[in-house]
Amino acid sequence: MKTLKTFYLRELAHARSGDKGDTNNVGLIAYEPHYYPLLVQQVTVERVKAHFGTIVKGAATRYEMPRVHALNFVLEGALGGGVTRSLSIDPHGKSYSALILTLPMAVPEDIAAELMQRGRKPIPW
Amino acid sequence: MNQSERQGRVLRIGAGASYAGDRVEPATELAKHAQLDYLVYETLAERTIALAQLERLKNPDAGYNELLADRFYGALPYCRAQGTRIVSNMGAANPRGAAQRTVEIIRELKLGPMKVAAVLGDDVLEYCLAHRDTLKLMENGKPLSSLEGKIVSANAYLGADVMVDALARGADIVLTGRVGDCSLFLAPMIHEFGWAMDDWDILGKGQVGADMVECGANVSGGFFADPGYKEVPDLGNLGYPFLEVAADGTIVVTKVSGTGGLINRATCTEQMIYEIHDPANYITPDVVVDFTEVTLDEVGPDRVMIKGGRGKPRPEQLKVSVGILEGWIGEAMITYAGLGCLNRAKLAEEVVRKRLQIGGVNLQELRVDYLGVNALHGDASLPLQGEPYEVCLRFAGRARERRDAVKLANEVETLVGKGPASSSIPTKTVREVLAIYSVLIPRSAIRHEVVMEVA
Repeated sequence: MKTLKTFYLRELAHARSGDKGDTNNVGLIAYEPHYYPLLVQQVTVERVKAHFGTIVKGAATRYEMPRVHALNFVLEGALGGGVTRSLSIDPHGKSYSALILTLPMAVPEDIAAELMQRGRKPIPW
Repeated sequence: MNQSERQGRVLRIGAGASYAGDRVEPATELAKHAQLDYLVYETLAERTIALAQLERLKNPDAGYNELLADRFYGALPYCRAQGTRIVSNMGAANPRGAAQRTVEIIRELKLGPMKVAAVLGDDVLEYCLAHRDTLKLMENGKPLSSLEGKIVSANAYLGADVMVDALARGADIVLTGRVGDCSLFLAPMIHEFGWAMDDWDILGKGQVGADMVECGANVSGGFFADPGYKEVPDLGNLGYPFLEVAADGTIVVTKVSGTGGLINRATCTEQMIYEIHDPANYITPDVVVDFTEVTLDEVGPDRVMIKGGRGKPRPEQLKVSVGILEGWIGEAMITYAGLGCLNRAKLAEEVVRKRLQIGGVNLQELRVDYLGVNALHGDASLPLQGEPYEVCLRFAGRARERRDAVKLANEVETLVGKGPASSSIPTKTVREVLAIYSVLIPRSAIRHEVVMEVA
Protein backbone atom coordinates (compact mmCIF):
# COMPACT_ATOMS: atom_id res chain seq x y z
CA MET A 1 0.00 0.00 0.00
CA LYS A 2 1.19 3.50 -0.82
CA THR A 3 2.23 5.78 2.02
CA LEU A 4 -0.25 8.58 2.62
CA LYS A 5 0.45 12.13 3.77
CA THR A 6 -2.24 14.51 4.98
CA PHE A 7 -2.70 17.86 3.23
CA TYR A 8 -5.41 20.46 3.42
CA LEU A 9 -7.85 20.21 0.52
CA ARG A 10 -6.66 23.71 -0.40
CA GLU A 11 -3.54 22.15 -1.92
CA LEU A 12 -5.59 20.06 -4.36
CA ALA A 13 -8.57 22.19 -5.25
CA HIS A 14 -10.08 25.66 -5.40
CA ALA A 15 -13.64 26.64 -4.60
CA ARG A 16 -16.38 29.26 -4.87
CA SER A 17 -19.63 29.42 -2.93
CA GLY A 18 -22.88 31.31 -3.36
CA ASP A 19 -26.45 31.66 -2.18
CA LYS A 20 -30.09 31.12 -3.11
CA GLY A 21 -32.51 31.79 -0.28
CA ASP A 22 -31.43 29.61 2.66
CA THR A 23 -29.38 27.27 0.44
CA ASN A 24 -25.65 27.57 -0.21
CA ASN A 25 -23.72 25.86 -2.96
CA VAL A 26 -20.00 25.21 -2.94
CA GLY A 27 -18.26 24.43 -6.23
CA LEU A 28 -15.02 22.52 -5.70
CA ILE A 29 -12.60 22.27 -8.61
CA ALA A 30 -9.47 20.10 -8.87
CA TYR A 31 -6.33 22.04 -9.78
CA GLU A 32 -5.25 19.09 -11.95
CA PRO A 33 -7.47 16.50 -13.65
CA HIS A 34 -5.61 13.66 -11.91
CA TYR A 35 -6.55 15.10 -8.49
CA TYR A 36 -10.25 14.75 -9.31
CA PRO A 37 -10.56 11.05 -8.30
CA LEU A 38 -9.20 11.95 -4.85
CA LEU A 39 -11.95 14.53 -4.48
CA VAL A 40 -14.65 12.10 -5.60
CA GLN A 41 -13.36 9.47 -3.18
CA GLN A 42 -12.70 11.56 -0.08
CA VAL A 43 -14.82 14.70 -0.25
CA THR A 44 -18.05 12.85 0.34
CA VAL A 45 -21.28 14.62 1.14
CA GLU A 46 -21.30 13.09 4.64
CA ARG A 47 -17.81 14.36 5.34
CA VAL A 48 -18.59 17.86 4.10
CA LYS A 49 -21.72 18.06 6.20
CA ALA A 50 -19.81 16.94 9.31
CA HIS A 51 -16.98 19.36 8.50
CA PHE A 52 -19.44 22.27 8.37
CA GLY A 53 -20.49 21.57 11.98
CA THR A 54 -23.75 23.24 12.94
CA ILE A 55 -23.85 25.42 9.80
CA VAL A 56 -25.88 23.02 7.63
CA LYS A 57 -29.34 22.48 9.16
CA GLY A 58 -30.93 20.73 6.19
CA ALA A 59 -30.06 18.20 3.51
CA ALA A 60 -26.75 18.15 1.65
CA THR A 61 -26.36 16.88 -1.91
CA ARG A 62 -23.26 16.35 -4.06
CA TYR A 63 -23.22 16.57 -7.87
CA GLU A 64 -20.29 15.29 -9.90
CA MET A 65 -19.08 17.26 -12.94
CA PRO A 66 -16.28 15.10 -14.41
CA ARG A 67 -15.94 17.15 -17.61
CA VAL A 68 -14.61 20.08 -15.62
CA HIS A 69 -13.11 18.01 -12.75
CA ALA A 70 -15.47 19.56 -10.25
CA LEU A 71 -17.96 18.70 -7.52
CA ASN A 72 -20.93 20.84 -6.56
CA PHE A 73 -22.25 20.69 -2.99
CA VAL A 74 -25.75 21.99 -2.35
CA LEU A 75 -26.23 22.71 1.35
CA GLU A 76 -29.79 23.42 2.46
CA GLY A 77 -30.62 25.44 5.57
CA ALA A 78 -27.05 26.71 5.63
CA LEU A 79 -27.63 30.47 5.58
CA GLY A 80 -29.08 31.25 9.00
CA GLY A 81 -32.70 31.20 7.81
CA GLY A 82 -32.04 32.90 4.46
CA VAL A 83 -29.81 35.65 3.13
CA THR A 84 -32.33 38.37 3.89
CA ARG A 85 -33.04 37.34 7.50
CA SER A 86 -29.66 35.99 8.57
CA LEU A 87 -27.79 37.47 11.54
CA SER A 88 -24.42 36.40 10.15
CA ILE A 89 -21.86 38.85 8.79
CA ASP A 90 -21.62 36.44 5.86
CA PRO A 91 -25.31 35.92 5.10
CA HIS A 92 -24.54 34.61 1.59
CA GLY A 93 -22.01 32.04 2.76
CA LYS A 94 -19.51 33.37 0.24
CA SER A 95 -16.73 32.46 2.68
CA TYR A 96 -17.82 28.79 2.87
CA SER A 97 -15.50 28.16 -0.09
CA ALA A 98 -12.62 28.80 2.33
CA LEU A 99 -14.12 26.46 4.93
CA ILE A 100 -14.34 23.44 2.63
CA LEU A 101 -10.65 23.90 1.74
CA THR A 102 -9.66 23.25 5.39
CA LEU A 103 -10.74 19.61 5.01
CA PRO A 104 -7.79 17.22 5.62
CA MET A 105 -7.05 14.91 2.68
CA ALA A 106 -5.03 11.68 2.64
CA VAL A 107 -2.77 12.09 -0.38
CA PRO A 108 -0.88 9.21 -2.04
CA GLU A 109 2.89 9.44 -2.28
CA ASP A 110 3.19 10.39 -5.95
CA ILE A 111 0.80 13.31 -5.68
CA ALA A 112 2.30 14.33 -2.32
CA ALA A 113 5.74 14.49 -3.96
CA GLU A 114 4.26 16.64 -6.72
CA LEU A 115 2.71 19.01 -4.19
CA MET A 116 5.89 19.28 -2.10
CA GLN A 117 7.92 20.00 -5.21
CA ARG A 118 5.65 23.02 -5.63
CA GLY A 119 6.43 24.13 -2.09
CA ARG A 120 3.20 22.82 -0.54
CA LYS A 121 3.49 21.33 2.93
CA PRO A 122 1.56 18.53 4.65
CA ILE A 123 -0.48 19.45 7.73
CA PRO A 124 2.05 19.45 10.63
CA TRP A 125 0.39 16.90 12.90
CA MET B 1 -28.60 43.15 -42.36
CA ASN B 2 -30.26 40.08 -43.86
CA GLN B 3 -30.65 36.72 -42.18
CA SER B 4 -27.62 35.02 -43.79
CA GLU B 5 -25.31 37.93 -42.93
CA ARG B 6 -26.49 37.67 -39.35
CA GLN B 7 -25.81 33.94 -39.22
CA GLY B 8 -22.19 34.41 -40.25
CA ARG B 9 -21.26 37.09 -37.77
CA VAL B 10 -20.07 37.12 -34.19
CA LEU B 11 -22.22 38.98 -31.69
CA ARG B 12 -20.34 40.86 -28.97
CA ILE B 13 -22.16 41.27 -25.65
CA GLY B 14 -20.53 43.02 -22.68
CA ALA B 15 -21.25 42.63 -18.96
CA GLY B 16 -21.14 46.13 -17.52
CA ALA B 17 -22.43 45.49 -13.99
CA SER B 18 -23.47 42.60 -11.78
CA TYR B 19 -25.13 44.26 -8.79
CA ALA B 20 -26.81 47.53 -7.86
CA GLY B 21 -23.71 49.26 -6.54
CA ASP B 22 -21.23 47.83 -9.04
CA ARG B 23 -18.36 49.99 -10.29
CA VAL B 24 -19.11 52.41 -13.12
CA GLU B 25 -15.79 52.81 -14.99
CA PRO B 26 -15.33 49.25 -16.33
CA ALA B 27 -18.56 49.45 -18.36
CA THR B 28 -17.36 52.69 -19.91
CA GLU B 29 -14.10 50.92 -20.80
CA LEU B 30 -16.10 48.12 -22.43
CA ALA B 31 -18.25 50.60 -24.35
CA LYS B 32 -15.12 52.41 -25.52
CA HIS B 33 -12.85 49.51 -26.47
CA ALA B 34 -14.77 46.24 -26.93
CA GLN B 35 -16.67 47.10 -30.14
CA LEU B 36 -19.81 45.79 -28.52
CA ASP B 37 -23.11 45.08 -30.20
CA TYR B 38 -24.81 45.02 -26.79
CA LEU B 39 -23.92 46.23 -23.33
CA VAL B 40 -25.81 44.52 -20.50
CA TYR B 41 -26.06 45.81 -16.93
CA GLU B 42 -27.39 43.31 -14.37
CA THR B 43 -28.15 45.15 -11.14
CA LEU B 44 -30.77 43.22 -9.17
CA ALA B 45 -29.93 40.80 -6.35
CA GLU B 46 -32.79 38.89 -4.69
CA ARG B 47 -33.67 41.72 -2.36
CA THR B 48 -32.71 44.79 -4.43
CA ILE B 49 -36.09 45.20 -6.10
CA ALA B 50 -37.95 45.00 -2.79
CA LEU B 51 -35.71 47.74 -1.39
CA ALA B 52 -36.36 49.78 -4.54
CA GLN B 53 -40.09 49.33 -4.03
CA LEU B 54 -39.75 50.83 -0.53
CA GLU B 55 -37.86 53.78 -2.05
CA ARG B 56 -40.62 54.26 -4.59
CA LEU B 57 -43.29 54.28 -1.88
CA LYS B 58 -41.43 57.22 -0.31
CA ASN B 59 -40.77 58.97 -3.65
CA PRO B 60 -42.82 57.98 -6.74
CA ASP B 61 -40.01 59.14 -9.07
CA ALA B 62 -37.43 56.87 -7.42
CA GLY B 63 -37.16 53.09 -7.32
CA TYR B 64 -34.71 52.48 -10.16
CA ASN B 65 -30.95 51.97 -9.98
CA GLU B 66 -29.34 54.87 -8.14
CA LEU B 67 -26.27 54.78 -10.37
CA LEU B 68 -28.23 54.79 -13.66
CA ALA B 69 -27.27 58.39 -14.47
CA ASP B 70 -23.58 57.85 -13.59
CA ARG B 71 -23.47 54.71 -15.71
CA PHE B 72 -25.15 56.33 -18.73
CA TYR B 73 -23.22 59.62 -18.61
CA GLY B 74 -20.09 57.45 -18.86
CA ALA B 75 -21.05 54.83 -21.44
CA LEU B 76 -23.88 56.27 -23.58
CA PRO B 77 -21.77 58.54 -25.81
CA TYR B 78 -19.61 55.56 -26.84
CA CYS B 79 -22.60 53.26 -27.23
CA ARG B 80 -24.34 55.82 -29.44
CA ALA B 81 -21.25 56.37 -31.59
CA GLN B 82 -20.76 52.64 -32.18
CA GLY B 83 -24.39 51.57 -32.37
CA THR B 84 -24.16 49.50 -29.19
CA ARG B 85 -27.59 48.72 -27.78
CA ILE B 86 -28.17 48.46 -24.02
CA VAL B 87 -30.21 45.90 -22.10
CA SER B 88 -30.55 46.26 -18.33
CA ASN B 89 -32.74 45.51 -15.32
CA MET B 90 -31.79 48.90 -13.83
CA GLY B 91 -35.51 49.74 -14.01
CA ALA B 92 -35.91 47.77 -10.74
CA ALA B 93 -39.23 48.84 -9.17
CA ASN B 94 -39.74 51.70 -11.65
CA PRO B 95 -38.75 50.91 -15.27
CA ARG B 96 -40.81 53.84 -16.61
CA GLY B 97 -39.05 56.26 -14.27
CA ALA B 98 -35.71 54.83 -15.38
CA ALA B 99 -36.66 55.26 -19.05
CA GLN B 100 -37.76 58.86 -18.50
CA ARG B 101 -34.52 59.71 -16.71
CA THR B 102 -32.58 58.06 -19.55
CA VAL B 103 -34.44 60.20 -22.10
CA GLU B 104 -33.40 63.31 -20.15
CA ILE B 105 -29.77 62.21 -20.25
CA ILE B 106 -29.91 61.50 -24.00
CA ARG B 107 -31.35 64.97 -24.62
CA GLU B 108 -28.82 66.63 -22.34
CA LEU B 109 -25.93 64.89 -24.13
CA LYS B 110 -27.56 65.56 -27.52
CA LEU B 111 -27.37 61.90 -28.52
CA GLY B 112 -30.84 61.59 -30.04
CA PRO B 113 -32.80 60.33 -31.77
CA MET B 114 -32.85 57.18 -29.64
CA LYS B 115 -35.62 54.81 -28.55
CA VAL B 116 -35.81 53.79 -24.90
CA ALA B 117 -38.11 50.92 -23.90
CA ALA B 118 -39.49 50.29 -20.44
CA VAL B 119 -40.60 46.67 -19.97
CA LEU B 120 -43.45 46.31 -17.47
CA GLY B 121 -45.30 43.31 -16.12
CA ASP B 122 -43.00 41.71 -13.56
CA ASP B 123 -44.85 43.39 -10.68
CA VAL B 124 -47.38 40.74 -9.61
CA LEU B 125 -48.14 42.04 -6.13
CA GLU B 126 -51.88 42.29 -6.75
CA TYR B 127 -52.04 38.76 -8.16
CA CYS B 128 -50.10 37.35 -5.22
CA LEU B 129 -52.22 39.14 -2.63
CA ALA B 130 -55.40 37.93 -4.36
CA HIS B 131 -54.10 34.34 -4.31
CA ARG B 132 -52.30 34.44 -0.97
CA ASP B 133 -54.22 31.45 0.43
CA THR B 134 -53.39 29.12 -2.47
CA LEU B 135 -49.84 30.18 -3.43
CA LYS B 136 -47.35 27.93 -1.63
CA LEU B 137 -43.99 29.17 -0.33
CA MET B 138 -41.10 27.33 -1.97
CA GLU B 139 -39.24 27.53 1.36
CA ASN B 140 -41.67 25.46 3.46
CA GLY B 141 -44.77 24.55 1.42
CA LYS B 142 -47.06 26.71 3.57
CA PRO B 143 -49.43 29.25 2.00
CA LEU B 144 -48.22 32.79 1.39
CA SER B 145 -50.88 33.99 3.85
CA SER B 146 -49.09 32.15 6.68
CA LEU B 147 -46.32 34.80 6.72
CA GLU B 148 -46.50 37.34 9.51
CA GLY B 149 -45.55 40.86 8.44
CA LYS B 150 -46.36 43.31 5.69
CA ILE B 151 -45.89 42.13 2.09
CA VAL B 152 -44.41 45.06 0.15
CA SER B 153 -43.45 43.60 -3.22
CA ALA B 154 -43.85 40.60 -5.50
CA ASN B 155 -41.90 40.41 -8.73
CA ALA B 156 -41.87 37.58 -11.24
CA TYR B 157 -38.70 36.55 -13.04
CA LEU B 158 -39.68 37.27 -16.65
CA GLY B 159 -37.81 35.66 -19.52
CA ALA B 160 -35.92 36.88 -22.57
CA ASP B 161 -39.11 37.03 -24.67
CA VAL B 162 -40.19 40.38 -23.20
CA MET B 163 -36.82 41.98 -24.03
CA VAL B 164 -36.79 40.41 -27.52
CA ASP B 165 -40.15 42.10 -28.03
CA ALA B 166 -38.64 45.49 -27.13
CA LEU B 167 -35.58 44.93 -29.35
CA ALA B 168 -37.78 43.89 -32.27
CA ARG B 169 -39.59 47.19 -31.91
CA GLY B 170 -36.32 49.01 -32.39
CA ALA B 171 -35.34 49.96 -28.84
CA ASP B 172 -31.77 51.22 -28.48
CA ILE B 173 -32.04 50.87 -24.73
CA VAL B 174 -34.22 48.30 -22.93
CA LEU B 175 -34.92 48.85 -19.23
CA THR B 176 -36.71 46.18 -17.22
CA GLY B 177 -37.68 45.30 -13.68
CA ARG B 178 -37.22 41.70 -12.54
CA VAL B 179 -36.10 39.34 -15.31
CA GLY B 180 -33.91 36.27 -15.17
CA ASP B 181 -30.30 37.48 -14.83
CA CYS B 182 -29.10 35.29 -17.70
CA SER B 183 -32.12 36.22 -19.82
CA LEU B 184 -30.70 39.76 -20.15
CA PHE B 185 -27.84 38.29 -22.21
CA LEU B 186 -29.93 35.66 -23.99
CA ALA B 187 -32.38 38.23 -25.38
CA PRO B 188 -29.88 39.86 -27.80
CA MET B 189 -28.75 36.41 -29.02
CA ILE B 190 -32.34 35.37 -29.77
CA HIS B 191 -33.08 38.69 -31.43
CA GLU B 192 -29.96 38.80 -33.62
CA PHE B 193 -29.76 35.14 -34.64
CA GLY B 194 -33.48 34.47 -34.82
CA TRP B 195 -33.21 31.48 -32.49
CA ALA B 196 -36.55 29.71 -31.97
CA MET B 197 -38.02 30.10 -28.50
CA ASP B 198 -38.46 26.32 -28.30
CA ASP B 199 -35.06 25.28 -29.67
CA TRP B 200 -34.01 24.15 -26.20
CA ASP B 201 -30.46 23.14 -27.07
CA ILE B 202 -29.52 26.44 -28.68
CA LEU B 203 -31.16 28.38 -25.84
CA GLY B 204 -29.24 26.15 -23.39
CA LYS B 205 -25.97 27.04 -25.13
CA GLY B 206 -26.84 30.72 -24.95
CA GLN B 207 -27.65 30.49 -21.24
CA VAL B 208 -24.35 28.74 -20.45
CA GLY B 209 -22.57 31.72 -22.00
CA ALA B 210 -24.89 34.12 -20.18
CA ASP B 211 -24.24 32.36 -16.86
CA MET B 212 -20.53 32.86 -17.43
CA VAL B 213 -20.82 36.67 -17.47
CA GLU B 214 -23.97 37.45 -15.50
CA CYS B 215 -21.83 38.03 -12.40
CA GLY B 216 -19.62 40.39 -14.38
CA ALA B 217 -15.98 40.36 -13.34
CA ASN B 218 -16.46 37.17 -11.28
CA VAL B 219 -15.33 35.35 -14.44
CA SER B 220 -12.43 37.68 -15.26
CA GLY B 221 -10.48 37.41 -12.02
CA GLY B 222 -12.86 38.96 -9.49
CA PHE B 223 -13.44 36.98 -6.27
CA PHE B 224 -10.69 34.58 -7.39
CA ALA B 225 -7.31 35.80 -6.12
CA ASP B 226 -5.62 33.80 -3.35
CA PRO B 227 -1.95 34.83 -3.18
CA GLY B 228 0.47 31.94 -3.59
CA TYR B 229 -2.32 29.78 -5.03
CA LYS B 230 -4.38 31.73 -7.52
CA GLU B 231 -2.61 34.87 -8.75
CA VAL B 232 -4.53 37.59 -10.60
CA PRO B 233 -2.53 40.24 -12.47
CA ASP B 234 -3.45 43.87 -11.84
CA LEU B 235 -6.62 43.12 -9.86
CA GLY B 236 -7.04 46.84 -9.17
CA ASN B 237 -7.64 47.53 -12.86
CA LEU B 238 -9.90 44.49 -13.24
CA GLY B 239 -11.46 44.32 -16.71
CA TYR B 240 -15.09 43.27 -17.08
CA PRO B 241 -15.90 40.44 -19.51
CA PHE B 242 -17.69 40.21 -22.81
CA LEU B 243 -18.97 37.35 -24.94
CA GLU B 244 -18.36 36.62 -28.61
CA VAL B 245 -21.36 34.55 -29.65
CA ALA B 246 -21.64 32.63 -32.92
CA ALA B 247 -24.99 31.73 -34.45
CA ASP B 248 -24.46 28.02 -33.64
CA GLY B 249 -24.14 28.83 -29.93
CA THR B 250 -20.36 28.50 -29.73
CA ILE B 251 -19.24 31.21 -27.35
CA VAL B 252 -15.90 32.74 -26.38
CA VAL B 253 -15.62 34.68 -23.12
CA THR B 254 -12.90 37.32 -23.06
CA LYS B 255 -12.07 40.86 -21.93
CA VAL B 256 -10.48 44.05 -23.28
CA SER B 257 -6.72 43.54 -23.69
CA GLY B 258 -4.62 45.71 -21.43
CA THR B 259 -7.06 45.55 -18.53
CA GLY B 260 -6.26 43.65 -15.31
CA GLY B 261 -7.63 40.30 -14.23
CA LEU B 262 -7.58 37.01 -16.10
CA ILE B 263 -9.89 34.59 -17.87
CA ASN B 264 -8.90 30.91 -17.95
CA ARG B 265 -10.41 27.49 -17.33
CA ALA B 266 -10.17 27.92 -13.56
CA THR B 267 -11.99 31.27 -13.44
CA CYS B 268 -14.64 30.00 -15.86
CA THR B 269 -15.23 26.77 -13.94
CA GLU B 270 -15.66 28.63 -10.64
CA GLN B 271 -18.15 30.99 -12.22
CA MET B 272 -20.03 28.26 -14.09
CA ILE B 273 -20.81 26.35 -10.88
CA TYR B 274 -21.51 29.49 -8.84
CA GLU B 275 -25.13 29.55 -7.62
CA ILE B 276 -26.28 26.55 -9.62
CA HIS B 277 -27.69 23.50 -7.85
CA ASP B 278 -28.30 20.41 -10.01
CA PRO B 279 -25.98 21.06 -12.99
CA ALA B 280 -28.21 18.99 -15.28
CA ASN B 281 -31.28 21.06 -14.44
CA TYR B 282 -30.60 24.75 -13.94
CA ILE B 283 -33.98 26.45 -14.18
CA THR B 284 -34.29 29.75 -16.04
CA PRO B 285 -37.53 31.31 -17.34
CA ASP B 286 -36.48 30.51 -20.94
CA VAL B 287 -35.02 27.01 -20.76
CA VAL B 288 -33.83 24.41 -18.26
CA VAL B 289 -30.06 24.40 -18.76
CA ASP B 290 -27.84 21.29 -18.69
CA PHE B 291 -24.20 22.10 -17.86
CA THR B 292 -22.98 18.50 -17.57
CA GLU B 293 -21.40 18.25 -21.04
CA VAL B 294 -19.91 21.74 -21.11
CA THR B 295 -16.24 21.93 -22.05
CA LEU B 296 -14.00 24.94 -21.52
CA ASP B 297 -10.96 25.41 -23.76
CA GLU B 298 -8.30 28.10 -23.48
CA VAL B 299 -8.04 29.28 -27.10
CA GLY B 300 -5.86 32.36 -26.51
CA PRO B 301 -4.72 34.74 -23.77
CA ASP B 302 -7.79 35.55 -21.65
CA ARG B 303 -9.97 33.70 -24.15
CA VAL B 304 -11.99 30.61 -23.21
CA MET B 305 -14.25 28.81 -25.65
CA ILE B 306 -17.46 27.36 -24.22
CA LYS B 307 -19.12 24.41 -25.93
CA GLY B 308 -21.51 21.61 -25.07
CA GLY B 309 -24.36 23.46 -23.34
CA ARG B 310 -27.75 21.82 -23.75
CA GLY B 311 -31.32 22.60 -22.84
CA LYS B 312 -34.69 21.10 -21.91
CA PRO B 313 -38.18 22.64 -22.12
CA ARG B 314 -38.73 25.77 -20.06
CA PRO B 315 -40.71 25.56 -16.80
CA GLU B 316 -44.50 25.96 -16.90
CA GLN B 317 -44.43 28.37 -13.98
CA LEU B 318 -42.43 31.48 -13.15
CA LYS B 319 -40.66 32.15 -9.89
CA VAL B 320 -41.74 35.19 -7.90
CA SER B 321 -39.74 36.90 -5.16
CA VAL B 322 -42.00 38.23 -2.44
CA GLY B 323 -40.64 40.97 -0.16
CA ILE B 324 -42.01 41.18 3.36
CA LEU B 325 -41.25 43.45 6.31
CA GLU B 326 -40.73 41.02 9.15
CA GLY B 327 -39.26 42.97 12.03
CA TRP B 328 -35.95 44.49 13.02
CA ILE B 329 -32.29 43.57 13.41
CA GLY B 330 -30.12 45.29 16.01
CA GLU B 331 -26.38 44.88 15.64
CA ALA B 332 -23.38 46.20 17.56
CA MET B 333 -19.65 45.56 17.71
CA ILE B 334 -16.91 46.29 20.24
CA THR B 335 -13.21 45.45 19.98
CA TYR B 336 -10.79 44.41 22.74
CA ALA B 337 -7.02 44.34 22.26
CA GLY B 338 -3.84 43.33 24.08
CA LEU B 339 -3.07 40.58 26.55
CA GLY B 340 -6.22 38.92 27.90
CA CYS B 341 -8.43 40.45 25.21
CA LEU B 342 -10.35 37.22 24.57
CA ASN B 343 -11.22 36.84 28.27
CA ARG B 344 -12.41 40.44 28.42
CA ALA B 345 -14.58 39.86 25.34
CA LYS B 346 -16.06 36.69 26.87
CA LEU B 347 -16.86 38.59 30.06
CA ALA B 348 -18.51 41.30 27.95
CA GLU B 349 -20.74 38.66 26.34
CA GLU B 350 -21.80 37.42 29.78
CA VAL B 351 -22.55 40.98 30.88
CA VAL B 352 -24.71 41.77 27.85
CA ARG B 353 -26.66 38.52 28.12
CA LYS B 354 -27.40 39.30 31.77
CA ARG B 355 -28.52 42.85 30.98
CA LEU B 356 -30.79 41.65 28.16
CA GLN B 357 -32.45 39.45 30.76
CA ILE B 358 -32.76 42.25 33.29
CA GLY B 359 -34.24 44.54 30.64
CA GLY B 360 -36.69 41.88 29.39
CA VAL B 361 -35.48 42.31 25.80
CA ASN B 362 -37.57 40.16 23.49
CA LEU B 363 -35.45 38.67 20.69
CA GLN B 364 -36.46 35.94 18.23
CA GLU B 365 -32.82 35.04 17.72
CA LEU B 366 -29.51 36.28 19.14
CA ARG B 367 -26.12 35.64 17.58
CA VAL B 368 -22.76 36.39 19.21
CA ASP B 369 -19.59 36.30 17.11
CA TYR B 370 -15.91 36.74 17.94
CA LEU B 371 -14.39 38.35 14.84
CA GLY B 372 -10.86 37.09 14.47
CA VAL B 373 -11.83 33.76 16.04
CA ASN B 374 -15.03 32.18 14.72
CA ALA B 375 -17.41 34.78 13.24
CA LEU B 376 -17.78 33.28 9.78
CA HIS B 377 -17.74 29.53 10.43
CA GLY B 378 -18.68 29.10 14.11
CA ASP B 379 -17.81 25.71 15.55
CA ALA B 380 -16.41 24.59 12.17
CA SER B 381 -13.52 27.11 12.40
CA LEU B 382 -9.98 25.77 12.75
CA PRO B 383 -8.82 26.01 16.39
CA LEU B 384 -6.89 29.12 17.46
CA GLN B 385 -3.10 28.95 17.51
CA GLY B 386 -2.58 30.90 20.74
CA GLU B 387 -4.50 34.02 21.77
CA PRO B 388 -5.32 36.66 19.15
CA TYR B 389 -3.89 40.15 19.78
CA GLU B 390 -7.31 41.67 19.29
CA VAL B 391 -10.84 40.39 18.99
CA CYS B 392 -14.03 42.07 17.88
CA LEU B 393 -17.17 40.99 19.74
CA ARG B 394 -20.35 41.27 17.70
CA PHE B 395 -23.97 40.89 18.72
CA ALA B 396 -26.84 40.63 16.24
CA GLY B 397 -30.46 40.04 17.23
CA ARG B 398 -33.75 39.84 15.38
CA ALA B 399 -36.89 41.20 17.05
CA ARG B 400 -40.50 41.75 16.09
CA GLU B 401 -40.49 45.23 17.62
CA ARG B 402 -37.97 47.94 16.86
CA ARG B 403 -37.50 48.87 20.53
CA ASP B 404 -36.05 45.45 21.35
CA ALA B 405 -33.51 45.69 18.52
CA VAL B 406 -32.53 49.17 19.74
CA LYS B 407 -32.19 47.94 23.30
CA LEU B 408 -29.81 45.15 22.25
CA ALA B 409 -27.59 47.61 20.38
CA ASN B 410 -27.63 50.00 23.34
CA GLU B 411 -26.63 47.30 25.82
CA VAL B 412 -23.51 46.69 23.74
CA GLU B 413 -22.82 50.41 23.39
CA THR B 414 -22.87 50.92 27.15
CA LEU B 415 -20.12 48.30 27.61
CA VAL B 416 -17.77 51.28 27.43
CA GLY B 417 -17.67 52.45 31.02
CA LYS B 418 -20.02 49.72 32.27
CA GLY B 419 -18.31 46.55 31.02
CA PRO B 420 -14.80 45.07 31.05
CA ALA B 421 -11.69 47.27 30.68
CA SER B 422 -9.89 48.57 27.59
CA SER B 423 -12.11 48.40 24.56
CA SER B 424 -12.78 50.42 21.43
CA ILE B 425 -15.86 52.59 21.13
CA PRO B 426 -18.67 50.31 19.90
CA THR B 427 -20.55 50.80 16.63
CA LYS B 428 -24.24 50.00 16.34
CA THR B 429 -26.96 49.82 13.71
CA VAL B 430 -30.66 49.04 13.72
CA ARG B 431 -32.33 48.08 10.46
CA GLU B 432 -35.68 46.78 9.28
CA VAL B 433 -35.78 43.18 8.05
CA LEU B 434 -36.93 42.96 4.46
CA ALA B 435 -37.12 39.22 3.96
CA ILE B 436 -37.56 37.48 0.61
CA TYR B 437 -39.68 34.38 0.04
CA SER B 438 -40.46 32.63 -3.23
CA VAL B 439 -43.65 31.33 -4.85
CA LEU B 440 -44.46 29.98 -8.32
CA ILE B 441 -47.19 31.46 -10.50
CA PRO B 442 -48.59 30.39 -13.89
CA ARG B 443 -47.25 32.20 -16.96
CA SER B 444 -50.83 33.21 -17.76
CA ALA B 445 -50.75 35.58 -14.75
CA ILE B 446 -48.24 37.80 -16.59
CA ARG B 447 -49.30 40.61 -18.93
CA HIS B 448 -46.10 42.23 -20.07
CA GLU B 449 -46.05 45.60 -21.76
CA VAL B 450 -43.36 47.56 -23.62
CA VAL B 451 -43.60 51.34 -23.25
CA MET B 452 -41.44 53.13 -25.81
CA GLU B 453 -40.04 56.61 -25.19
CA VAL B 454 -38.34 58.53 -27.98
CA ALA B 455 -35.56 60.95 -27.13
